[in-house]
Amino acid sequence: MADQQAFVEQAMEHMPALYSAALRMTRNPSDAEDLVQETYLKAYRAFGSFHQGTNLKAWLYRILTNTYINIYRAKQRRPEETEFDEVEELYLYRRSGGSSNSLGKSAEEVVLNGLTDDIVKEALEALPEQFRIAVLLADVEGFSYQEISEIVDSPVGTVMSRIHRGRKALQKLLHQYAVARGLLPGEETGVVLDDDSLVPGRMRIGVASDKGSETNLEGEP
Amino acid sequence: MEDESHNRNDCEEAIHKIYHFLDGELTDERRAQIEKHLDDCPPCGAAFDFETELRKVIADHCRDRVPDSLKEKIASRINHEIASDSKL
Repeated sequence: MADQQAFVEQAMEHMPALYSAALRMTRNPSDAEDLVQETYLKAYRAFGSFHQGTNLKAWLYRILTNTYINIYRAKQRRPEETEFDEVEELYLYRRSGGSSNSLGKSAEEVVLNGLTDDIVKEALEALPEQFRIAVLLADVEGFSYQEISEIVDSPVGTVMSRIHRGRKALQKLLHQYAVARGLLPGEETGVVLDDDSLVPGRMRIGVASDKGSETNLEGEP
Repeated sequence: MEDESHNRNDCEEAIHKIYHFLDGELTDERRAQIEKHLDDCPPCGAAFDFETELRKVIADHCRDRVPDSLKEKIASRINHEIASDSKL
């Protein structure tokens, strides 16, 4: 059948991106492999309903994300409904010499060059699920707000809020790693970060109410 | 951002909209306003450059190589499905 051949020709090339996303979602290579396999089988079986000419990658990500949520969130007692302490804009930049100019341009380059695979992956994987997925889809895969809204089946305003808050939280985590690796000095006060703050997985996260501030950004352009 | 030679509100507005700008999610008019501000304001321009570069760094460091065994498993299962379908 033409459909079957088309699936093999078109869908397989997205496997590296899907596998990377699955690793960030599950944080576990074995689960990531199972998730990608399951995604491809579901996609193959549903390929008849895919509209040729529309975005195949986004369609595959929708299946991946739904499969992840259905299988792996079921393992959790309840969905993560987390909220961060508010993080300021340009968190990492301002701490890389950006606003003070005391460290100069090279300090920013030192930070950017010092962010290795393991730092970036660990920091991203330390974000709570809904923020992790939003940042992953936006910044790693480059999907638009509208596409992400369709992939995760949430309103655009909610998606925007998760992306923006997730990015700021990610910058805070990256800063903690950069300090821990000696790429940047600690806070200007000379206060050494306490042990917990150096372990991104234990970054302080408050539990938000159902009507948390996440919806505040809805309606913004 | 700390430069007193132009309207500080413009800096705040540019920084507030930085993600929308980098995401390509602004109207042409708003985008042009921010671009003009960035041309006039080196501190904001430097901040935007850093955020742009940071995003590239994050994306570049989140790529993983698919294990050959997984590629083979998926190809095998899809072929199995194709074979089952063709018998129907």
